Amino acid sequence: MSAQAIYVLWLRDMKWFLRAKARIISTIVMPFLWLAILGMGLGAVTQIPGVGNYIDFLAPGIVAMAILFNATMTGVSVLWDRQFGFLKEILVAPVSRISIMLGRTFGGTTTSIIQGVMLLLVAGLIGAKMPGPAGFLLALLFMIVLAIGFVGLGLAIASRITDPVAFPLVINFLIMPLFFLSGAIFPLGMAPEWLRVIAYIDPVAYGVDGLRGVIIGVSEFPIWLDLAILGIFSLAMVLLGAYLFKKMSV
Amino acid sequence: MRAIFTNGLTREFNGLTAVDHVDLQIEKGELFGLLGPNGAGKTTLIHMLCTILPPTEGTAKVAGFDVYKEPDSVRTSIGIVFQDPSLDNRLTGKENLDFHGRVYGMSKTLREKRIDEVLKLVELEDRASALVETYSSGMKRRLEIARSFMHHPEIMFLDEPTLGLDPQTRRKIWEHIQMLNKQEKITILLTTHYMDEADYLCGRVGIIDHGRIIALDNPKKLKDQLEGDIVSLEVPQPKKYAEIFQRRKYVKEVKIVGDYLYLTVTGGEKAVPKMIDIVARRGGKVRSVGCRSPTLEDVFIRYTGRGIREEEGGIKEQMRAHVRAHMR
Repeated sequence: MSAQAIYVLWLRDMKWFLRAKARIISTIVMPFLWLAILGMGLGAVTQIPGVGNYIDFLAPGIVAMAILFNATMTGVSVLWDRQFGFLKEILVAPVSRISIMLGRTFGGTTTSIIQGVMLLLVAGLIGAKMPGPAGFLLALLFMIVLAIGFVGLGLAIASRITDPVAFPLVINFLIMPLFFLSGAIFPLGMAPEWLRVIAYIDPVAYGVDGLRGVIIGVSEFPIWLDLAILGIFSLAMVLLGAYLFKKMSV
Repeated sequence: MRAIFTNGLTREFNGLTAVDHVDLQIEKGELFGLLGPNGAGKTTLIHMLCTILPPTEGTAKVAGFDVYKEPDSVRTSIGIVFQDPSLDNRLTGKENLDFHGRVYGMSKTLREKRIDEVLKLVELEDRASALVETYSSGMKRRLEIARSFMHHPEIMFLDEPTLGLDPQTRRKIWEHIQMLNKQEKITILLTTHYMDEADYLCGRVGIIDHGRIIALDNPKKLKDQLEGDIVSLEVPQPKKYAEIFQRRKYVKEVKIVGDYLYLTVTGGEKAVPKMIDIVARRGGKVRSVGCRSPTLEDVFIRYTGRGIREEEGGIKEQMRAHVRAHMR
């Protein structure tokens, strides 16, 4: 494994991110609209028992959403690299596939977290409840674990799907249900039994629950349990990504 | 020790044999050319030698290391310019080189020194800080060449290095390739389907067709094998005259391509007036005539019975050309 290679792949992701201003704005705007419109619209008629304001309830869920979509879309860079031929330059270099996979994972995780944090701050500006310093650090931890898992998933999918048009479709097809089932926009505790059972298989549910726990202090499960389940999921995704990356050819 | 050594190297794709039991020995310091039409197996062979494609059969050693068993050792010893572009367009020229230096484990001081050196050699210093997407195709190619020898490889692979470039840029790239071979003492294996390129640059040329190497020698010897000049005659009834010319002592070989007769002739300049005479005496008329020394193309025709360019223009090739044109 080469620390230098991991670092330079991360660095490349950072450079792209900072140069693509349109991308930063668009990835912030979409979740922001969810937060503002859904938060204010539903907030006017909805009170969540045990929480109060709907926007307080919604904000952690939307932060998770931003991370979810951004992290998974990291895989698209693998497709672009393949399309533009740069993947060959990477694959022929004397570095292990694991280093390449890790570099990309860290890159995707960093950009996802930057966006998650920005969204959390924006939520605060429009009146959602904000955590204290300790809660903020814990929220950061949840964001990191959530992002790593879904970057891993995105890279795993990207190593299999070579069509740049199909990739976002597959991602949306996969991520949308995970997001809706996660309890990000409605409390799972009050959902019908069958829906709850399905939701408990959804790893995002534990990310959302954990984030909500550390940001507004209300959660369905103990925070350590959320973190443990999410951690196991993320580890599994990274291993899956690494395995598929290793088998990938140009 | 040989720079490149292959033994029965074979690669199949779904029952199609792209490279067919190739035995190749390239000595250190050589500038070796693989000449063949598109789809002859050149790129597949290069991909196997640079370890990104496992062989179906046979073995290959590059810089003394087995490509299948010791890929990392091979990778540090080689530099590659792929046929299709392989730069990150969203980074600057310098950043592309820096990326390369880092993944090849070069220290910061070495990297900085080397980046300046290679940029200077390919004359790109002025544009080093511009994004690669603003480069012309020739500049991109030069940057790729600069990158490929930045880490001091022993051996370089250049897959169709001048494909799709204008004549001036091709000249420039040829100079760079010669400089790498002579000054930096790098063994070079290049593939091309331009015979003038192989002829001009390479000390030895292997002619490859349908995955097999069908002739291998230095360009001069390959051409000398034809023993004569190539005379082309445009005549009304090529078949009739082909039979007549076949009986002449000075004619070694006759081929009919459309309305043209291609003849391999000893002492071409003197033979041409005689041949025109023969046609005239039989009431025919020579519409056009050509006489030249043989090229590697003629060598190719002799071994395969067809021209090197005839196979161009397949759908897949057209698409690649299209993609290439848009990405360069």
